[in-house]
Amino acid sequence: MKKTILPIIAATIAICAVSCSKQSASPAESTNSTASSAPGQMLINGAGSTFDDPAFAKWFEAYKAVNPNVQFNYQPIGSGAGQKQLLNQTVDFGASDAPMSDDSMAGAPGKILHVPVVAGGVAIIYNLPDNPQLKLDGDTLAGIYLGTITNWNDSKIAALNAGVNLPNLPIVPVHRSDGSGTTFIFTDYLTTVNDAWANSVKKGTAVQWPAGIGIGAKGSAGVAGQVRQLSGGIGYAELAYADQNKIPYANMKNAAGNFVSPAPDSVTAALATAKIPDDFRFSMVNASGDKSYPIAGASWVLIYQQQKTGKGKELTAFLKWAITDGQKLSPSLDYAPLPDEVQQRELKLLDTVTY
Amino acid sequence: MNVTGNNVKKNSSGVSHFGDDAFKWLTLLMACSVFVLIALIGFELFNGARPSIHKFGFHFLISSSWDPVNDVFGALPYIFGTLVTSFIALLIAVPLSIATAVFLTELAPLWLRQPLIMFIELLAAIPSVILGFWGFYVMVPWLHDHVYPFLRSGGGFLPFFQGPDHGPCILSAGIILAVMIIPIITSVSREILRSVPGLQREAAYALGATRWEVTRIAVLSYAKRGLFGAVILGLGRALGETMAVTMLIGNAPYIGASVFAAGQTLASVIANEFTEATDPMYSGALFEVGLVLLGVTLLVNALARLLLVTFAGPRMKPQN
Repeated sequence: MKKTILPIIAATIAICAVSCSKQSASPAESTNSTASSAPGQMLINGAGSTFDDPAFAKWFEAYKAVNPNVQFNYQPIGSGAGQKQLLNQTVDFGASDAPMSDDSMAGAPGKILHVPVVAGGVAIIYNLPDNPQLKLDGDTLAGIYLGTITNWNDSKIAALNAGVNLPNLPIVPVHRSDGSGTTFIFTDYLTTVNDAWANSVKKGTAVQWPAGIGIGAKGSAGVAGQVRQLSGGIGYAELAYADQNKIPYANMKNAAGNFVSPAPDSVTAALATAKIPDDFRFSMVNASGDKSYPIAGASWVLIYQQQKTGKGKELTAFLKWAITDGQKLSPSLDYAPLPDEVQQRELKLLDTVTY
Repeated sequence: MNVTGNNVKKNSSGVSHFGDDAFKWLTLLMACSVFVLIALIGFELFNGARPSIHKFGFHFLISSSWDPVNDVFGALPYIFGTLVTSFIALLIAVPLSIATAVFLTELAPLWLRQPLIMFIELLAAIPSVILGFWGFYVMVPWLHDHVYPFLRSGGGFLPFFQGPDHGPCILSAGIILAVMIIPIITSVSREILRSVPGLQREAAYALGATRWEVTRIAVLSYAKRGLFGAVILGLGRALGETMAVTMLIGNAPYIGASVFAAGQTLASVIANEFTEATDPMYSGALFEVGLVLLGVTLLVNALARLLLVTFAGPRMKPQN
């Protein structure tokens, strides 16, 4: 027995050692309680959007050089759960891909500020023989997901793609089966541009997809994986997933009538032209501007305006850093950097935080 | 209870039975904790589901609408998906598992038994998310390319094998569930067949029975209660299995005859939607789905036991 157990123990220790060293490399995952209790150290807790998680991981690491005394613990448990934890005051900040509704904010113990920290485009990915570069518009996309356009050689798709040899192949729309900010951005866009969609499915992090049309997959990785496997499949996912899986994505027709790819530049362009109100709860789908990508959204950090935990100063300082210097790290993660004008407005908002 | 309590005090030999008593109460406490746990889970689910129960009532069980945007919820397609995938899993797994168990106990040469048993137990140890991963990238594309077209051409006249097939579907989920419950049913069945007394077999051989007849009359019929129990254990796992099913079922609510259609189960809808359910009515509906799952599991188990008593006769002592 001993002979068989020893290698197992050794292997377990080795695995632990590897995973531990990984954890210490990304402070987002490490819940280093000993460090936080050390004098001069502070642990700031956050929870919410999975979309933001890679950005936070990178920022927390880079922020060590700015202020080594602040530690972060971020749990990517979903936007909905992030909002809930903020309302229950179990975290210092929440993060959400959809702005909070008036109803949920009414139940909060204090005024909640929305601070946009990242923005990104949602790519329309597809799998066709020889993978031609496609152009699509909002009405066609809505038709595909509503089930009125069912074949790739449909005249509406052909009209947008002159010269492309479209196969006679059924379209299989793939959507997110889990509640998701990506679904919110996607359905927000279709609601904005297509009346039939606005009157039936509407927008939300989870919606009632038209019955019997297409399939659902869990997570952006699931959608990307499904589309890659399924000839004739179409889906939507953050640009990063399309790039990682080397799946082609469509150029979408924007409000100005141009066909634009979801690259970070075109999302930044959309942010610059989007109408952003003073509470920063905005939608940037179908933004005007020649270069704007139409299916894009921001993700927000949610904090209380009146900070009572004694961590307000450090939290605000970090957020100010994240929306200015931190934005330089965004493009490497396929996020779009916030335009200067938006950065300035957000800094003013953060100045109103009291602690 | 009082009798043993008195024994401690009145023990004439002077030897204290305190240890025995403490042991008895301690184990009783442990045994009770299971009931308390189930009751608490049920209560908490009910509590969380209250907004949804209050609004939809019985309609929740018979409605097919699941619309988080307009706060209208019904769980019928999910109940359907759960039952159908589990049924398909049993259809595949039961003959396979029991045949394997019979081979292992009755027919296999001794040198082959141990390695086979080891592999079956290894299969049981694979986490469901890994099976789901494998199913998603390997099994489903293979089924989609080779098996499903064959089923369609051979059995296309049946309503089960009609309709479009995209790969992930009710049948795919049922097959992965079968893979998951085969080791459980096989292991338990093997233990049960092993516990069939050798005298049974010898008696049958003495009557001139062939090997098949011995297995059928002396072994299987003797052990049928226990085997039924093994199947129920497998069914229990199939009903509640979440991760692999979520990855392979296609996640679209469906009620109909085609096994090529994407479906959804009670467990998969919770796994899918819980993290983003902000609204109390929405999360209440998901809690109620959990409550329904608990109810369906209990009901199916109760029905199975009833079936057992009706058909296998009320033998009081199963042989395990």
